[in-house]
Amino acid sequence: MSSLATAGAAPERPSLRRRVAAWLYARPRVRLGLLLAGPLGWLGIAYFGSLAILLLSAFWTKDAFTGNVEPFTWSLRAFEQLFAGEVYRTVAVRTIGIAALVTVTDALLAFPIAYYMARIASPRKRSLLVVAVVMPLWAAYLVKVYAWRTILQGHGLLEFVTSPFGIESSGLTNIANAWLVLSYLWLPYMILPIYAGLERIPGSYLEASSDLGARAGTTFRRVVLPLVFPAVVAGSIFTFSLSLGDYITPDLVADAKFIGNVIYDNSALGDPPLAAAYALLPIAIMTVYLLIARRLGAFASL
Amino acid sequence: MFQRRLGGMLAVVGLIAAACGGGGPSAAPTGGGPAQTTGATAGASPAASLDMPSAIGEGEGALNLVIWAGYAERGAADKAYDWVTPFETATKCKVTTQDMTDSNNGVSLMQSGNFDGISASGDATTRLIQGGIVAPVNVSLLSNWPNVFPGLKGLPHNTVNGVPYGVPHGRGPNLLGYNKTVVTTAPTSWDPIWEGGSAYKGKISIYDSSIFIADAALHLMTKRPELGIKDPYQLTKPQFDEAIKLLQALNANQPTYWGTATDQQTSYTAGDVVIGTTWQYQVNLLVADKQPIDAVLPNEGSTGWSDTWMIAKKAKHPNCMYKWMDHMMSAEANAEATVWFGEAATSPQACEAAEKLSPGHCVQMHATDEAYFSKVHYWATPQADCADADAATTCVTQDDWVNAWTTLRGG
Repeated sequence: MSSLATAGAAPERPSLRRRVAAWLYARPRVRLGLLLAGPLGWLGIAYFGSLAILLLSAFWTKDAFTGNVEPFTWSLRAFEQLFAGEVYRTVAVRTIGIAALVTVTDALLAFPIAYYMARIASPRKRSLLVVAVVMPLWAAYLVKVYAWRTILQGHGLLEFVTSPFGIESSGLTNIANAWLVLSYLWLPYMILPIYAGLERIPGSYLEASSDLGARAGTTFRRVVLPLVFPAVVAGSIFTFSLSLGDYITPDLVADAKFIGNVIYDNSALGDPPLAAAYALLPIAIMTVYLLIARRLGAFASL
Repeated sequence: MFQRRLGGMLAVVGLIAAACGGGGPSAAPTGGGPAQTTGATAGASPAASLDMPSAIGEGEGALNLVIWAGYAERGAADKAYDWVTPFETATKCKVTTQDMTDSNNGVSLMQSGNFDGISASGDATTRLIQGGIVAPVNVSLLSNWPNVFPGLKGLPHNTVNGVPYGVPHGRGPNLLGYNKTVVTTAPTSWDPIWEGGSAYKGKISIYDSSIFIADAALHLMTKRPELGIKDPYQLTKPQFDEAIKLLQALNANQPTYWGTATDQQTSYTAGDVVIGTTWQYQVNLLVADKQPIDAVLPNEGSTGWSDTWMIAKKAKHPNCMYKWMDHMMSAEANAEATVWFGEAATSPQACEAAEKLSPGHCVQMHATDEAYFSKVHYWATPQADCADADAATTCVTQDDWVNAWTTLRGG
């Protein structure tokens, strides 16, 4: 009301708001800059800034006795320690191995489900299945991992099922537990891209293939698989990178040390430079992985 | 076609967000990092700033502490054990706490600068003092200080040139816990873990911290006297290597490593473990939970701890921290805290108050029995100079202990 009154009283002198608006109207570049300043600033400072600090801190020194880190005093100690320690290679191999195993397992499990969803199920069943696949992701990660703990630990569900056959629970110290639980956790991330990829194959291709005399197996090998392979690679980016970076699941269900656990231990318990140096390894692995995935056309099928 | 593709992409991006939002840090793994030793470093301290307060002012309204699990109870588990609420009522200092998983973790948390104080064990205290993280304490401001047992004052792990860097909380040994239905006769030595470990393969419970290497060294002190180990925390390279060999043999028996007291309780309750190192605290909770668990101090002695409340040099709530230190030496609070955790109280007044909660508490916990505690080797930090006056020998350092532990646990 009062603004109206003001506008009426002094029509020659527009309000500050109007003048700013007019000024901006004439300058589209400034407008764009202001629009993107927030998100770009966030990305630049909070995201790349923290990564840069991580990279730098790998070269900081640490007082061997008090454990105090001295920023901006440089040393290669962390890297020397990493290269000298057999354990860091063992942990890396273990982590990459489990991540690869999880990826293969998920691909094998996801394919039939995705195929059924995309090509066989009725539209009603299909949407039900999509919801069913996505549903577990709405539950908190920790809840799911703790649920698996109760299954796997002594007196748990697994032991209840296997004990009649004389198989005792190996408790929560078995590395296979990590493989099992990670495969469970990331399965939806594999199903959805494959489902999308399969749905994209026109039905006429399959008909053409059988018209030309190909049997089901041949059609699958020569037509479906090559077309859907980029989608599998796209899914594998998720299962592989999420497994590679996880440290909570291995700790809670398998008491196993993954790359992430060694990073966590060292950052939380005393040697941040070593943690930072080791953190560069998964970054390097994922960079290579993504480059290969791009060559295989995975990004086009996301 | 395009829409479908976009839909798939959005779905996947959304899922990633869901996954990343999930879990914070877990039930804290352990293993790396720093810690500290008794004595010997006293002279070298940065005694530069002995600017201690000359009076305790008004409380600042808040207090942030790094504690061992069970060191700040609000009566949540048992109404009789609540020494935080009375403190908050009296001082208006609202207490928030964070449990440390081991001393290495405690030192690291204190380095973050977010805390006013810590209940530090001897393997953290000297390190915190040397690192300039904690400040000396003007004990003349603390009304309960004169009551503290003389045997707990002026100890090398928390005193520099006669100036105390904190006040005692309590002390006790690490114990050998076991499940009475599986281990039917009470063990009298650590042998079931170190020598006969294969009998309990996969069922052994071990503390997940580099400081546990000292437990192996302690076993070697009696088992292999020719190695000449005098102090389980100050080991020469050959002695250290023998301890690591012993730990590798133990590792082959697939122990379950516990990072927090809760972890260990869960394993005992699930029957995943039946024997291993423990604190009286977990045993108390397990027994209260009707679990057939007991614990003994084996004949060859044990590692242990003598804890000190220390104040951060850059504490944001120094007055509240001074009030807290005084509170934790008071008869009621110290009695409740030490009975609750299962450790020795720090003053005759606390012992008297403890009689109501647990008759004979101070006798059972050997509160004034220095002969008993001579068998308990308090946690201390491994030092290159072996923490002694002898300049000739060098010892394996804290960093090497941590590396060795990382290798043992990760290999």
